[in-house]
Amino acid sequence: MKHSNEPIWWSLFAAGGVVAALMVPVLTLLTGIAAPAGWAREAFTYDRVAALVSHPLSRLLLFVVISLPLFHWAHRFRFTLVDLGLKGARSTIAIACYGAAVVGTVLAAFVLISL
Amino acid sequence: MPGNWWLINRAYFIFMIRELTSVFIAIYLVLLLILINRIAAGPDAYRAYLAFLATPVMRAFHIVALAAALFHSITWFTLAPKGLAVRLGERRIPDAVIIGSNFAAWIVVSVLLAWIIL
Repeated sequence: MKHSNEPIWWSLFAAGGVVAALMVPVLTLLTGIAAPAGWAREAFTYDRVAALVSHPLSRLLLFVVISLPLFHWAHRFRFTLVDLGLKGARSTIAIACYGAAVVGTVLAAFVLISL
Repeated sequence: MPGNWWLINRAYFIFMIRELTSVFIAIYLVLLLILINRIAAGPDAYRAYLAFLATPVMRAFHIVALAAALFHSITWFTLAPKGLAVRLGERRIPDAVIIGSNFAAWIVVSVLLAWIIL
């Protein structure tokens, strides 16, 4: 039987789906809408945010929150493109999508370690 | 099969929207990573980035991204029992119990994160 990586990609897709479902809405609301709008100003002062983000547990959590949903995206986007008719480029699409998720994961690790 | 199959009926269209929610989530996470990088760069960089996020285009993006994230959560938690049949001995746990505990976990995690951040 041909060796297949599909179970790995599927597991990352599923884990990313759970992480995104649990945490992304509240994070989008707080960092994407509340902080820029100036709501809860004292929560988003530089000193407080810098201290919060550099805590080891925060870094670990942020790594998980950023990396896994990127693999979730990669898996979905790959099949969406194929379903939309790009069947001929099947393997190129897979490499590009998972590759982008890997690049994002490496960048996230780099940013979070060098905080 | 033509590329516009997903425009043919409502169920396919909703399926396609659900697929595309992951694009908005991924873009949001890249913006979050940049935010962390700007925090590392210092107070001025952080404030400048928040000002950038407050521009109308970025504000509109985040509202759409929030809607996409909520749509992902709701569909993910609702469809979860169909993907994996959880069994206790001989008995299959009813879908409503799984969906209910998913939503409960979602609320607990959201409140906990908001409490930590705010």
